[in-house]
Amino acid sequence: MDWFNHLNPDLQFVLLSAVKVLAVLFLALLPMVAYSVLAERKISAWIQDRVGPNRVALPLLSGIPFLGSFLTRLGIWQPIADGVKSFLKEDFTPDHVRKIYFWLAPAITLIPAFLTVAVIPFGSTLGAQKMVIADLNVGILYSFGIVSLGVYGIVLAGYASNSKYPFLGGIRSSAQMISYEIAMGMSVVSVFMLVGDLNLSKVIEYQAGTTLGFIPNWLVFKQPVAFVIFLVAAFAETNRLPFDLPESETELVGGYNTEYSSMKFALFFMGEYANMIVSSAMMVTLFFGGWTLPFFGLDQRAESAQWLTGLAHIGIFVAKMLVLMVVFIWVRWMLPRFRYDQLMDLGWRRFIPLALANILATAVVLFLLNK
Amino acid sequence: MQDILFYIFAALTLFFGFLVVVNPFSRNPVTSAMFLVLTIASLAGLFVLLNAFFLAAVQILVYAGAVMVLFLFVIMLMDIKEEERRRFKKFGVAMGLTAVAGLFGIVAKTIAESGVGAGLKPAFEGDTKTLGTALFSSGQFLLPFEIVSILLLVAMVGVILLSKKDLK
Repeated sequence: MDWFNHLNPDLQFVLLSAVKVLAVLFLALLPMVAYSVLAERKISAWIQDRVGPNRVALPLLSGIPFLGSFLTRLGIWQPIADGVKSFLKEDFTPDHVRKIYFWLAPAITLIPAFLTVAVIPFGSTLGAQKMVIADLNVGILYSFGIVSLGVYGIVLAGYASNSKYPFLGGIRSSAQMISYEIAMGMSVVSVFMLVGDLNLSKVIEYQAGTTLGFIPNWLVFKQPVAFVIFLVAAFAETNRLPFDLPESETELVGGYNTEYSSMKFALFFMGEYANMIVSSAMMVTLFFGGWTLPFFGLDQRAESAQWLTGLAHIGIFVAKMLVLMVVFIWVRWMLPRFRYDQLMDLGWRRFIPLALANILATAVVLFLLNK
Repeated sequence: MQDILFYIFAALTLFFGFLVVVNPFSRNPVTSAMFLVLTIASLAGLFVLLNAFFLAAVQILVYAGAVMVLFLFVIMLMDIKEEERRRFKKFGVAMGLTAVAGLFGIVAKTIAESGVGAGLKPAFEGDTKTLGTALFSSGQFLLPFEIVSILLLVAMVGVILLSKKDLK
């Protein structure tokens, strides 16, 4: 590491950021996307009293006695087979599509999900490094801005496909995402009124410690209404059941991705799961205390020598996130789909007034407390 | 570094803005709308260089994320083919160029007279807290802020009135 310390600080910063980006993207996000697909298939199977994927076996590893066959039954190699499959399938471009947009749309769906990860603090400190790629002081606004760009991918896919079901899917999704973005943004306002800062690291610091000795200071307990609105809006933003109208199979074939095949389809698929992961990470940060746990002093930043605590913080964050991911998947297989007018009604006539009332109530309480 | 970034973002803004109105390759309204999104994104980059992070984020959030999606929504629903078939008219081009030249003349004259130099000192840095305090302090921008809010409210009510077909 000697050569590293001789570099000038700017270059050090650039290099470290690049390492963080690559690590988060390739070691965390992409494998998590792959394995959340497996989790979805396994959990749906258990809910419906089936077995789920249990056949894919790797030549050498599956030969290990007991453990090998156990992993195979768990379907642990399934994502590899899925990945290879989507690369090897024929990449078919129908004749009637608008070529440029048809090619761009899958990428545009995936990029915003990856960009949002940049501001999420996924751990305290490891060595001397803060475990967040970009500690912006308008973190939450940045992520809302980028998330709001995610709709372009789906809308363009609908437009580019130049046929009626994808088009309907695209239109539905843009209306749905715009509506629920408002409710989502407003629910977060009351959170930031309590915290007094838009920086996500500050939000986590605010949630350290406990009240009455055992209830964590998490914002989910202080702002339950905001959390419910955010959770429901997150389902709508990620196009998940019960709000998956942009791709509702029973009405629109496959919705916006009807005309897509092979890796381009896989990109849409990955985009959906990446968005779920990012929403869960966002909820953990905003409402569940991020990387903190109120026990054993785990709610304080790790010192530069405490590598173990630093790693534990990352583990806590990931664990909390996985719980929320399971909730996402669980809900999908438990609830039927909303009708489109019900969805709009819920967004505009219920959640937006409720979020506004919540902001007002928070303001009144803060005013009375600070008087 | 900052200077280079400024020139990059300024050039991108102009380039994309140019492609919004006079794209030589495509007269498709959706393409124009997408280039407008890119223009807005590069403008946000300029805001970041001015340390106005809040403005940059809101620019992306409101214009690129909401307004332009609605634009796209409408364009796609109406499926405008007219624009693709229309040719440039000589008279229209001449008038357009005259207007642009006039505006350019005014701006150039103003810049030349005021003198380009150190630039004005900003009233405050663009971080969220100072911006909020400035907007909501009665001594500073409270009145203009309230007036703009009422204007927006009036516009909103007006749109709802216009789009309602039968008023009872």
